[in-house]
Amino acid sequence: MVTKSNQRTLIELKNVKKHYFMGDNIVKAVDGITLEVKEKEFIAIMGPSGSGKSTAMHLVGSLDIPTSGKIFLDGVDISLLTESRLAQIRGKKVGFIFQSFNLIPNLTAKENVMIPMTFQSQSRNESELKAEELLRMVDLGDRMQHYTNELSGGQQQRVAIARALANDPEVILADEPTGNLDTKTGEMVIDFLKKLNEQGKTVIMVTHDADLAKEHANKIYWLKDGKIEKITKG
Amino acid sequence: MKPRLIVLASKNIRNRGVRSWLTMIGIFIGIAAVVALISMGQGLQAAVTGQFAALDPDKLIVTNVDTLFGPPGSTAVKKLNEHDKELIESVNGVDIVVQRLIRTASFEYNDKTDFKFVANIPQEKEAIQVVYDALNLELEKGRLLDENDRRKVILGHDYMSDDFGKPLRVGKKVIIQREEFEVIGFLKKASTFTLNGIIIMPDEDLRDILDIGDEFDILVVQVKDMDKLSDVKDILEKKIRRDRDLDEGEDDFSIQTPQQGIQTINTILDTINLVIAGIAAISLLVGGIGITNTMYTSVVERIREIGIMKSVGARNSDILTLFLAESALLGLVGGIIGVIIGLALAYAAASGISAAFGGLDFSISLNVPFLIFAALFSVFVGMISGVFPALQASKLNPVDALRS
Repeated sequence: MVTKSNQRTLIELKNVKKHYFMGDNIVKAVDGITLEVKEKEFIAIMGPSGSGKSTAMHLVGSLDIPTSGKIFLDGVDISLLTESRLAQIRGKKVGFIFQSFNLIPNLTAKENVMIPMTFQSQSRNESELKAEELLRMVDLGDRMQHYTNELSGGQQQRVAIARALANDPEVILADEPTGNLDTKTGEMVIDFLKKLNEQGKTVIMVTHDADLAKEHANKIYWLKDGKIEKITKG
Repeated sequence: MKPRLIVLASKNIRNRGVRSWLTMIGIFIGIAAVVALISMGQGLQAAVTGQFAALDPDKLIVTNVDTLFGPPGSTAVKKLNEHDKELIESVNGVDIVVQRLIRTASFEYNDKTDFKFVANIPQEKEAIQVVYDALNLELEKGRLLDENDRRKVILGHDYMSDDFGKPLRVGKKVIIQREEFEVIGFLKKASTFTLNGIIIMPDEDLRDILDIGDEFDILVVQVKDMDKLSDVKDILEKKIRRDRDLDEGEDDFSIQTPQQGIQTINTILDTINLVIAGIAAISLLVGGIGITNTMYTSVVERIREIGIMKSVGARNSDILTLFLAESALLGLVGGIIGVIIGLALAYAAASGISAAFGGLDFSISLNVPFLIFAALFSVFVGMISGVFPALQASKLNPVDALRS
């Protein structure tokens, strides 16, 4: 899918910096990034480890607050939002997928998928039906009552995908989603992301796998030392 | 407030299994102590007060008191005697003085022997009536003793059971202190266990079988005007002191109004209650600190989980609610178990005491609003204990939390 100018801007970063102290040193994890995420894009953020790509993704997902610069989520400056409002919007607009799955142990697959809906005050019945539907979509219809430690890595990541979709967000943020998976399961996860993008979701994927980025993304931001080195088309 | 957070909280507590139970021990000891105390306290108060219910409000009780004062060798109590009785009778406002003796004696029936309390019944018609009134004696069977009876006894309600292997009936002969007596009546079941196990016999017979000389254990003083009870008491105290050549504070006797007797017991009960309440308070405090500790540990262990929940849209207040709900639930479950254990303890103690003192009417008061209050108070303790850990959890930065 090609970027067109009439597409709505979902997320905008303007000269965003994230610095923090480590002992006496200032770590410039993100050091002046400006970027725009439009609807229905498939974006990849590439870079070697330590290039600040994970921090950038946290900022894009408004999980982190920048040291300086502005972040607009759906046109709203997030620095003007209260913590609770921001959490609410984040839960609704953004779905996260992590390298290490980050499912909650002691909860079943279905309960994990229901968690984001709990925080949006959805009724139990509704969220249960939605969770079941999403798990069937990721081919885990027969694993709903399994606890996370009873699932393989690929299955866990698919639960995470279902969870990311729970509140029907416009943006899916995936941080090295295939990093902990073997090639075959990794491909399956990518296929899901690809399918979601085709269905109209915006996907932002952080990866260090250049082939993966080139093959699937329609826009690649290359990060180095907290700055955007170049932007290429996929 | 999201009710589903409570479901999640209860799941988290169940997942911590043994640790959750251990955490609750302090709470349920504390609540159990309070519940047992309050449930028993009212029953105990009623039972003990019942022992004194036999005392009429228009009577003073004069008793012998062991004293530590006076020159060496004189510590032997000077017993109340005929002289004291006459002295008291001479005081203005005194209607009648009744001598009482309460001793123990061997009681034998059907070749079985036991030691029992024996009380006298005075020999004068008027005085007999005072004792019957004072003790509120009612007959189940037979008749009461009168001034002409000799070698006859009335027995308490307990003797009607088959404790001696063969039923006792009116007209049967029993052996008391190796002397034969005829049973002429049985008392109705009374609220005091001493009365249910007592043997009542004429004064002369009691002195005879136990070889008691000129002495009394108690002098019951009936006053003419109930309103002047304390005035008469003051006069009596002064008179006996002067007669015995004692200074104030050296008394080897005691004059009590019925209210004072109850007050004395109540003071003892209050002290016991205070001690148990203190133990309960300490236990609840320690229990609360236990919950705080567990919750802090839980926050540290679940930092990543907190980060995950924040990344999927949990607000600080949601995390706060979740952790507070967990500590409140620990309090609630601990409280409910505490209430159950407390009631069980109270019932066990009540039946134990009732069995030990046959006929003591010791009932447990099942005060439902109080029990609910106790459980809710436990929830409150849990929540207070969880406030700081929950605040710490809610303020975690999601990115830092995810990185842990």
